[in-house]
Amino acid sequence: MQVTMNVNGNEVTGEIEARLLLVHYLRDHLGLTGTHWGCDTSNCGTCVVWMDGEPVKSCTVLAAMAGGRKIRTVEGLEQNGQLDPVQQGFTECHGLQCGFCTPGMMMTARALLDRKPNPSEHEIREAISGQICRCTGYATIVRSIQWAAAHEAASAAEAAVADASVTVDSVGVGGPS
Amino acid sequence: MTTVGERPAQGFENNDMKPVGHGRMLRKEDPRFLRGKGHYCDDVQLPGMLHLAILRSPVAHARILSIDTTAAAAHPKVKAVVTGAALAEQGLAWMPTLSNDVQAVLATDKVRFQGQEVAFVVAEDRYAARDALELIQVEYDILDPVVDARHALDPSAPVIRDDLEGKTNNHCFDWQTGDEAATEAAFTAADVVVVQDMVYPRVHPAPMETCGAVADYDRIDGKLTLWSTTQAPHAHRTLYAIVAGLPEHKIRVISPDIGGGFGGKVPIYPGYVCAIVASIVTGKPVKWMEDRSENLISTGFARDYIMRGQIAATKDGKILAIRTDVLADHGAFNGAATPVKYPAGFFGVFTGSYDIQAAFCKVTAVYTNKAPGGVAYACSIRITEAVYLVERLVNCLADELQMDPTELRIKNFIQPEQFPYTTRTGWVYDSGNYEPTMREAMRIAGYDELRREQAERRERGELMGIGVAFFTEAVGAGPRKDMDILGLGMADGAELRVHPTGKAVVRISAQTQGQGHETTFAQLVAEEIGISPADIEVVHGDTDNTPFGLGTFGSRSTPVSGGAAVMVARKVRDKARIIASGMLEVSMADLEWVKGSFHVKGDPTKSVTIQDVAMRAHGAGDLPEGLEGGLEAQVCYNPANLTYPHGAYICVVDIDPGTAKVTVRRFIAVDDCGTRINPMIIEGQVHGGLADGVGMALMEMIAFDEDGNCLGASLMDYLIPTALECPDWETGFTVTPSPHHPIGAKGVGESATVGSPPAIVNAVVDALKPFGVRHADMPLTPSRVWHAMQGHPTPSF
Repeated sequence: MQVTMNVNGNEVTGEIEARLLLVHYLRDHLGLTGTHWGCDTSNCGTCVVWMDGEPVKSCTVLAAMAGGRKIRTVEGLEQNGQLDPVQQGFTECHGLQCGFCTPGMMMTARALLDRKPNPSEHEIREAISGQICRCTGYATIVRSIQWAAAHEAASAAEAAVADASVTVDSVGVGGPS
Repeated sequence: MTTVGERPAQGFENNDMKPVGHGRMLRKEDPRFLRGKGHYCDDVQLPGMLHLAILRSPVAHARILSIDTTAAAAHPKVKAVVTGAALAEQGLAWMPTLSNDVQAVLATDKVRFQGQEVAFVVAEDRYAARDALELIQVEYDILDPVVDARHALDPSAPVIRDDLEGKTNNHCFDWQTGDEAATEAAFTAADVVVVQDMVYPRVHPAPMETCGAVADYDRIDGKLTLWSTTQAPHAHRTLYAIVAGLPEHKIRVISPDIGGGFGGKVPIYPGYVCAIVASIVTGKPVKWMEDRSENLISTGFARDYIMRGQIAATKDGKILAIRTDVLADHGAFNGAATPVKYPAGFFGVFTGSYDIQAAFCKVTAVYTNKAPGGVAYACSIRITEAVYLVERLVNCLADELQMDPTELRIKNFIQPEQFPYTTRTGWVYDSGNYEPTMREAMRIAGYDELRREQAERRERGELMGIGVAFFTEAVGAGPRKDMDILGLGMADGAELRVHPTGKAVVRISAQTQGQGHETTFAQLVAEEIGISPADIEVVHGDTDNTPFGLGTFGSRSTPVSGGAAVMVARKVRDKARIIASGMLEVSMADLEWVKGSFHVKGDPTKSVTIQDVAMRAHGAGDLPEGLEGGLEAQVCYNPANLTYPHGAYICVVDIDPGTAKVTVRRFIAVDDCGTRINPMIIEGQVHGGLADGVGMALMEMIAFDEDGNCLGASLMDYLIPTALECPDWETGFTVTPSPHHPIGAKGVGESATVGSPPAIVNAVVDALKPFGVRHADMPLTPSRVWHAMQGHPTPSF
């Protein structure tokens, strides 16, 4: 069968078997190997991607079900050559070791912060509790997400200050038209 | 000529401000992982690549009557179907294990555990390969299985290994250490003797990435390239040469990015051999990736030690002797990855951190109808079992004597002036200073305050427990005279090349499964030759491009391969000094090494940097007489001894009296791994091990039913801790350098996995004191804790 979906902003069309899992479509057909295959049973979360903005476990989603939808993978986190604050947080706080769970963890973290910019430690732990990391013991992952939250808050504050100053300048020259 | 910038003060730990060397430094490997650009085995895609899937036994013990592959072979996408009989014709049906046993690549006569490899299919895609497995018909004559190790030596037990000539029982090996008579005498003279049976259940390392391989055999030049999930690429290459008869120089093993190993990726699995055979047969590259169930039921398990521990002491708490009997369940084949002279691994360190008079242990290993393995899951080659035994025994003794468990430990510690200390089982502990480590853990925990809080809570009927454990590890296997695996010595090579512009590449024999070698090994070399870690490339995990060595397991990278990296850097620096003396026209004795440059003593204006020297070494100018050009060296580092890290762990748990659910409220870990290279990475290693401890102590077990069916065959059944079961770890450290390691480092990767389970179990048992509980076996699930609260022993499954 033919399936068309939007992956990281690009429309892709492929000829697939109806039973093909989304994780294998992304990895084997599109070469997006940042999404990993870890357990088949939705327990480990190393395959988490976004489908229409919602984190899903791509080992239990058929590629056919993603037809007409927007998929975002770890390869789509970096924007215009700029790492997402979540990606920066993971390296700054040593939130990864072997790196295998990392893409799924970061996709869930990004979704969390989009909904709740300043989550509590418990909320972070709950958000990633459908995912397993065998290396880090999770504390540094939690710190990584907190780092991202703090830096996003700081950037937002800076942006607000910048906006305010623009407004003042504008006022100084007679105000925007 | 340049001078080196201002160097940081002693003890400065933030490497971002420091041009070279040890200290906190962000990882060089992170940028690719953050972008989803890691390159794991399953990411390897080659033109024309085929996919392999393995048919596994559905039963634990059965004779194979027939295998019909006709329908599978007729599948339009199938390229080959191979059975054990076909492999036997090539002499490839059996392979040696790392413990000098043999293991079936594909079963020929019998299947001996559920999940054993029976046949494989090679097809155009991974789904078709799986489809074709369904088309293979196997007729089994089902035999009684041996599931409980306690009955493996019963005269009526079926003989599992009838492939071994003359084998009439399920005995695997006996091993003993220590002085039996002296121990008996010490027990006879003791005021107090405590005996405790305990089981360290079968668990599984379950790395996030399962095992797999891509084999690519080039029929024209006869070269095999194998990408595989291996922690020991060089050892594997040699074994493939021996097993398959391929010339060793025509085998290249690449261990790409590895999604966690934890010892589970040390052995050679039948799947790797099948992939090689498949590529040779089809002339195409062949990929094999196991799924999670295959990983859990067939690859290296860990532990499975049934122990009876005994401890003897005076009434005022001086420990006199420890002894133990162990029944070890090795599964159907003895596949433990352990040095030849140590069939029970390093279990001999069961005397722990204590200065005692006598010790003795006897290990009997048996075959059962379960998957092979035994040494995995960050166990430091069976030290997990040893430390659990002694730390539970010491706690039981503290209970018996009504002493505080910290006080009893401190009273019996080996004293700093006793190092190097030879234990009663012959291990030479290199260095240690235990009491400050214990005190630091107690300080961080607020130990006395915790005990006061516990008393108050007990008054209110709340179940709070405080668990203490203190461990001494033996890591960094090991000295060649004592240690080899299948005749391969456990030394490690390193090669270092400084390029003309002063950048460098270091090639090491160890490889990373997440430990951060690309960072720490650059730092190790940087510290010695004064080149920034950013300018040092670390090459690893490729046998064509790295020197021989046994690989990354048993916390051996820093103690052995790290030693090699330091020694090769010093060798290069020695040559650089000769060149510098020529450049500055002074004798070598007049040169002073200030990290990164040679200075003429007494004349700070005259100096050359390591980069100046590198250019001269490769340039057209004169070199001192007799000196070859170039600036490179290689070494093979044979460690003088193991290294012996130690640590003090304190765990605080709360138990819900209604549901018997255990919550780890706090965990304090103070580790002493000698000289510290990158504290960020050390902390990460410790954290990971602590989570392992939560898993083993509270959740994880590979159990079997009476027919030998594995009950832990998926992550729905084999429970691994998530972020919700783990607390925010509290860590600290002390530093007692190793006297024989080139920089005094000891290794840390497995310390926390070794030390945390007894701390957690001790905490749970402490919480259950009001119920008169002295021991309960792991995993301390709510049902097991509930049983203990009702006065029932741990269920036997």
